[in-house]
Amino acid sequence: MRSRAWVAWVFMLPTLLVMAVIVFVPLAQSVAFSFTDLTNRNQGTIFKPPSWQFVGLENYTNILTGGDPNFYPTLIWTVIWTVVNVFFHFTLGLILALTLNQRFRGRTTYRLLLMLPWAVPAYITAISWRFLFNGEYGLFNAVLGLVSDQRIAWLSEFPWYYVAPIIVNVWLGVPFMMVALLGGLQSIPAELYEAAQVDGASRTQRFWNITLPQLSSVSSTVILLGIIWTFNIFVVIYLVTGGGPGGRTDILVTYTYQAFTRGDYSMAAAYAVVVFVLLISFSAVYRRFTREA
Amino acid sequence: MKMSRRHSALTHIILIGFALWSVIPVIWVVLTSFKTEGEVFSTTLQILPQDPTLDNYRELLSRGDFLTWARNSIFVAVITTVVGVFLASTCAYALSRFRFRGRSASLYIFLVAQMFPGVILLVGLYQIFNNLGLLDTPWALVLSYSTIAIPFCILMLKGFFDTIPYELEEAARVDGVGVFGAFWRIVVPLSVPGIAVTAFYSFITAWNEFLFAKTFLTSREQLTLPVGTATFVDAFNQPWALLSAASVLISIPVVIFFYMAQRYLISGLTTGGVKG
Repeated sequence: MRSRAWVAWVFMLPTLLVMAVIVFVPLAQSVAFSFTDLTNRNQGTIFKPPSWQFVGLENYTNILTGGDPNFYPTLIWTVIWTVVNVFFHFTLGLILALTLNQRFRGRTTYRLLLMLPWAVPAYITAISWRFLFNGEYGLFNAVLGLVSDQRIAWLSEFPWYYVAPIIVNVWLGVPFMMVALLGGLQSIPAELYEAAQVDGASRTQRFWNITLPQLSSVSSTVILLGIIWTFNIFVVIYLVTGGGPGGRTDILVTYTYQAFTRGDYSMAAAYAVVVFVLLISFSAVYRRFTREA
Repeated sequence: MKMSRRHSALTHIILIGFALWSVIPVIWVVLTSFKTEGEVFSTTLQILPQDPTLDNYRELLSRGDFLTWARNSIFVAVITTVVGVFLASTCAYALSRFRFRGRSASLYIFLVAQMFPGVILLVGLYQIFNNLGLLDTPWALVLSYSTIAIPFCILMLKGFFDTIPYELEEAARVDGVGVFGAFWRIVVPLSVPGIAVTAFYSFITAWNEFLFAKTFLTSREQLTLPVGTATFVDAFNQPWALLSAASVLISIPVVIFFYMAQRYLISGLTTGGVKG
């Protein structure tokens, strides 16, 4: 009964159809565009026939050989952005999960309060923090004003325009890590700790020899998810700094979007493919690496 | 394990510190929404509104565009939820109950689909919706949002269906109920909590999405709340008090929803999403 494959495909059909139209066809089309010189000027209108053509790998060689001087700086910043964010997400999330994974009064209340950044829509968070960072009447400078005369131009002064969106994104991403790691901690069998205690293992020894190894499969999954999400997060950069000043805080996805809004469709497609290939190959390497470890 | 006093103090210090850090920005926005525009632009630190006012809310709700955006957002989110739940539950059922060639490949594709950066679909989708005449209509969003939400929903619902004993369906089949009847009359009613989480997730995805809405919608009366609200930020004089009121109104339903569903969301996340 379970092996009647056609019934399974009938159940799958609606989803596959929609996914084909909305995911696979546009994906293929994006890839195809990346080998052309399509822009909003040569795509053709009802008055003018399309005049774009295939250019082979030209867009990619342009990107990779530095024909676009902004690509490598953007890539480097995107990598720093991802590493710093995920580092803080994970360490803070782990500290909080460990702290919450004890028996004490009020832990549910704490957990619910700590989850608030996850509950608020991300774009609302981004817009609100832009307001908190405002140089003249934002909360941060107002608090700073209590202790010194100095004000910080958070969104236009080096290195603060790099720091500000990181603060926002760390605030945004910690709850997910905390909750996922807490779930992982709770599934570690208590007998392991009891046995270790009988053997006289200290708290630190128990942490390094039981907690961390037992948590490794959950950790490696959430870190991978965190890396993918942070690499791709659009709203935080777009709404907090707008990529500014002068495009310095653009990450690859906002950079791609800028190319798209300029009407440079083929370059946008090529950037997007580069992002996708980077992520796919990174996660393939990552999964092989974590599985062996 | 009983905690020592010093250890317990440390626990509470860490948690209070982080709880304040999580809550203060939100409280600040809520307080701002009750301030007058003049107070918001004061350069000294003023925590509580001197003269609490509902004017910002009143102005927001009397502006036609905010209500139009809210209506658009609700429309898009509801349709997305219905379509998304239908697609995800049928597909998850097939993956949970049948062993067939292509099953593990399909599961893998849904996993990888979560990795797509939205922008890679954007270029292709824009052309497709342009050709279909769907640009600047809610349908472009409904179609693209249901597929963003689907992979996660499928993985989560599959985990749910896996916990329902197959014997129940077999018994029904003996009584002459068909495969589709068994799905509809036995599995679906038993999975209401799982389906509720899926619905919640689809709704939130649609309610919060920014990039596609920003790209596919152009005329002001078609915008959804995220892009509509962001137009306030582009304005020369950023109306922060008004924006705070908008943030509060938009967030309240989502936050309530989130706290109602969080228990299921977390169990879904740990069984379906994280363990794959």
